[in-house]
Amino acid sequence: MIELNAQTIAFAILSALILGGGLGVVTTRNLVHGALWLILSLLGVAGYFVLLSAPFLAAVQVLVYIGAIAILIVFAVMLTRSMTSLGEVRNRQWWISAITVVLLFLLLAVGIILPVWGRGAPGDVTTLSATVGGAVELGEALVAGDGFVLPFEVASILLTAAMIGAIVVARDEEDGQA
Amino acid sequence: MGLTGGDVLTTCVDFINTLAPCLVRAGWHGDIANLLSLLLGVVIVATVPLLTVILLIWIERKFAARIQDRIGPNRVGPYGLLQSLADALKMLTKEDITPTGADRVLFNLAPIITFATVVLIWAIIPFTPLHIGADLSIGILYFVAVGSIGAVKVMIGGWSSNNKYALLGAFRTIALIVSYEVPMILALLVPVLMAGSMGMQDLTHAQGGMWFIVMSPLAAIIFFIANLAETGRSPFDLLEAESELIAGYHIEYSGFKFGMFMAGEFMQVFTVAVLTAVLFLGGWWGPFVDQVPALGFIWLGLKTAVVYLFMLLIRNTVPRFRIDQVMNINWKFMVPLSIVLILLQSFLLRLVDVLGLRPAPELANDLLANLPQTLVLLAGNLVLGAIFLLLLQRHGRTLRKADEALAAVREPAPAGGMAEA
Repeated sequence: MIELNAQTIAFAILSALILGGGLGVVTTRNLVHGALWLILSLLGVAGYFVLLSAPFLAAVQVLVYIGAIAILIVFAVMLTRSMTSLGEVRNRQWWISAITVVLLFLLLAVGIILPVWGRGAPGDVTTLSATVGGAVELGEALVAGDGFVLPFEVASILLTAAMIGAIVVARDEEDGQA
Repeated sequence: MGLTGGDVLTTCVDFINTLAPCLVRAGWHGDIANLLSLLLGVVIVATVPLLTVILLIWIERKFAARIQDRIGPNRVGPYGLLQSLADALKMLTKEDITPTGADRVLFNLAPIITFATVVLIWAIIPFTPLHIGADLSIGILYFVAVGSIGAVKVMIGGWSSNNKYALLGAFRTIALIVSYEVPMILALLVPVLMAGSMGMQDLTHAQGGMWFIVMSPLAAIIFFIANLAETGRSPFDLLEAESELIAGYHIEYSGFKFGMFMAGEFMQVFTVAVLTAVLFLGGWWGPFVDQVPALGFIWLGLKTAVVYLFMLLIRNTVPRFRIDQVMNINWKFMVPLSIVLILLQSFLLRLVDVLGLRPAPELANDLLANLPQTLVLLAGNLVLGAIFLLLLQRHGRTLRKADEALAAVREPAPAGGMAEA
């Protein structure tokens, strides 16, 4: 059975944050509020990473998802001023998205539960600190020849291409004569 | 302050670090003792900067007054020392106005986030070799992550006020914060490269032989300028350019909520000064710190004071930039410079390794043993800085020529109004 200790309590609080934030995102009619609920939810995920003794990922989660992506969303929402106070947000496709989300959730749940199903034997328990490395191990794994150097480089190229694309899109057409 | 059973035998002399074992010996339950000592640590770490700020406001006002040939606060208390307390009381008693149509919850949340994000950074400041809130292995990244939440508070404050000027001010501030985060993070990578760690204590220990400001002055300068911009003070105070935006994103705030924004700004400046001292000026390193660790607190305080006063000097003497100038400096000068600097610095560090100039581990804190690698790194930085300054000079000359050419064309136009268009 689940043991009641500080970690379980923290897990419960963080889960409440994440789920409550998610619920806020889909129920609020104010888009800015929705974005802020999303920030709360993402903050909870960062807390999960701390619980999993992965502080590096926790900090990156806050930095990337809250510091960059959420800000971008809020920025976009605020710049489209008429969008911030919509009376009727629900459209007729809400049931399509509901079905999609439920299916996606089931898919993820099955994918996570199946691999560990029936492995409840006491000997299978491994401590997290033995499997999770710090930032140094992560960094070495990302650039090691037998590690993840290829996906890492592919991701870098993708990001570079995205950046160049953003510049091209944002570039002024009459830039040549300036 | 992670305390385990092994520490129980330590004496109660070092009060702050061994409170929990002390209490356990006095017959307390272990968990409660741990919780209490952690709570006390949190309270101390969060309160010290808060109380310091009250004094800092007085220092800042006196300093500004001297520069502007005034006397400054001199009525309340000796030398006007209690002026900040009087101001705080005044703010508490002022009417607390929430504008019509404001988003009440978010409107109240913004000042709290402002304050919290600044206080959170103090958890990772190493005051002495022994005293630090939490020596995270990712210290620097923590600072960057917490700092990035700062944009959220501006957003919330500006939007929830239901005021055009507040929203415009918020946009400008976000643009400034987000842009200057780039060179700041890139500059932070340089000390991380040199120390081989992101932990604040490791970074300080690595400066035992030589301060990082000598080994990479360019990184220190970029970090300092970027942080100056993040604090949103003159010469980067576009967010409250009085003639354009009145007072920026917190224009609708009054009373104590405005006070929290103001104190948050003062604290951020103070925090930046401390961080610069820790990352580039050797933190708590100083004479006799090996024998008496508590001395580190004084050394760090002195270094912080130097940086802080330098920031005040800049604030009070340099005029405000325009928004396009601010963006140009950032994207066309500081970002390229910091990227080239990282490449250069990692190359030089490798070179130092290959040439065998890096001091032996047992001599890491020796000044003479550190000189060879310092000279290589310093020379690299100076050359890079000179190249960029030359490029800037050339660019400036081209701009001036273009301006002069334009002026020459305009000259013959009649002095009517139409020529302006």
